[in-house]
Amino acid sequence: MKSRADLVFRILALSTLVFSLGTLAALVIDVLTDGADRLSWSFLTNLASRHPEEAGIFHALAGSIWVIVLTAMLALPLGVSAAVYLEEYGTRSRVARFIEINLANLAAVPSIIYGLLGLGVFVRLMGMGRSVMAGACTLALLVLPVVILSTREALRTVPGSIREGSYALGATRWQTIWHQVLPMAFPGILTGLILSLSRAIGETAPLITLGALTYVPFAPDGIWSPFTVLPIQVFNWVSRPQAAFKENAAAGILVLMGLLLTMNAVAVLLRDRFQRQNRT
Amino acid sequence: MRTRRLEWVIEHALLACAALSVLTTAGIIAVLAVETAGFLREVPVLEFLTGTEWTPLFANPRFGVLPLVAGTVLVSAIAMIVALPMGLLSAIYLSEYAPDGLRRVVKPVLEVLAGVPTVVYGYFALTSVTPLLQRVFPQMSGFNALSPGIVMGIMILPLVSSLAEDAMRAVPRGLREGAYALGATRMQTALQVVLPAAFSGITAAFILAVSRAVGETMIVAIAAGQQPRLTANPFVPLETMTAYIVQVSLGDTPQGTLEYRTIFAVGMLLFLMTFGLNLVSTWLRDRFREEYS
Repeated sequence: MKSRADLVFRILALSTLVFSLGTLAALVIDVLTDGADRLSWSFLTNLASRHPEEAGIFHALAGSIWVIVLTAMLALPLGVSAAVYLEEYGTRSRVARFIEINLANLAAVPSIIYGLLGLGVFVRLMGMGRSVMAGACTLALLVLPVVILSTREALRTVPGSIREGSYALGATRWQTIWHQVLPMAFPGILTGLILSLSRAIGETAPLITLGALTYVPFAPDGIWSPFTVLPIQVFNWVSRPQAAFKENAAAGILVLMGLLLTMNAVAVLLRDRFQRQNRT
Repeated sequence: MRTRRLEWVIEHALLACAALSVLTTAGIIAVLAVETAGFLREVPVLEFLTGTEWTPLFANPRFGVLPLVAGTVLVSAIAMIVALPMGLLSAIYLSEYAPDGLRRVVKPVLEVLAGVPTVVYGYFALTSVTPLLQRVFPQMSGFNALSPGIVMGIMILPLVSSLAEDAMRAVPRGLREGAYALGATRMQTALQVVLPAAFSGITAAFILAVSRAVGETMIVAIAAGQQPRLTANPFVPLETMTAYIVQVSLGDTPQGTLEYRTIFAVGMLLFLMTFGLNLVSTWLRDRFREEYS
């Protein structure tokens, strides 16, 4: 009797797992069947258009790449500096503790709120307008808590004996961090950064709130240029009633997912390569 | 001497970067507070919080936020009805039953599920789940609360599952071994020993998941419609707080007008709701950690 209840429970739990994996499969198959036909070279190189069959994704793809590269350039130095402070300098100080609590809270703030922050501070107060720069600044603040967290984990993997050896040779704290700790932790830091950027590239709500336009029929030509990004273009197509635009949305999702997969693959490859270098 | 001064400068530059996060929080609160104050000068706070009509873009505007709150609560509740039992079941299975090999396969797949952009889930809800549900419930409208609610539940399932699993794994082995020694089965141990022991940690996970559901934007903006409506009917179009912010941001409402300020007032309410939930969740988690440290 007891063992039967056990068995029922086990089956129930397993079917839950099967259900969630099945949903993932259904989602992928659904997007593939809707969008694969639409995917072509001209879809990647054409600009936005009112005619669904001529519309392409080039401007949005370019916008996404501009924004994400700029976000990385902002988030990497800021995030690594903050993490180095919290992990190497500020351990157990009251200021550091306060910053940690604050970071934990920020990580749970809905992304659309960051959009309102960006609108108020970057777009209006700093006068950046609805530019690539304003979008990248907003996304950088959004990913910062995650970058800091993953960087701290990477710093923690550097053994204490490395630091002590460096101190014993007369190096200062910063020399130790710059010449010993950071190079060793670098692959871990990079992997964490790319993974958090792959989260940022799918973010739609904060950029819409910022006022990134849904119809920008050209690729950005600088950091002060207006822009649109892949997920916003997908959202724009999904919200139209015509079925042909839904196909475009599915094809756009495929491009977005392709970009995501590429970034994740690069992160894994980089990690493996650096790990091998460190060993030799 | 010069080195020492350089060390000092570097340490404080790093501290400044770390303090940027505090500045971010302050910035969020300041931006929301300033615009909300401007909004509340023209709309009494009581009317905003208790009014049952939300028509700020109409010729005769009404600013009662309750329909948006009701929409948010309804969709989040549906999401939690999906995510809670399933997340808990899979957490129990992964923590107490699953062999290591299976765990190593399942966990990354769950992470992929959590990493899919929300706009993709929105597309999935609108073009696949809604038509499927309409076969079961023919009276259901093309935009509704049920379909985005279910899809949102699937989206936060990995979060519930992995946080609840962490809480259950933190329960000391000794408790389980004691239960086995008394002749309990695996299920009895899981449900009557481990689950109660991890209770506050699991509750913290649930509350964090609710907070995520309340702040989720794109799924509801795509699949739930744009009609603020005070209803508990999951088959009709409605609008959530987040979807309203998106709707106004997409339009060309001029800056500085009252209509424009509404998104900050709604954003403030959203921020306070999620912030409150996060605080409760953190408090519960800390209490849970103390019990077993």
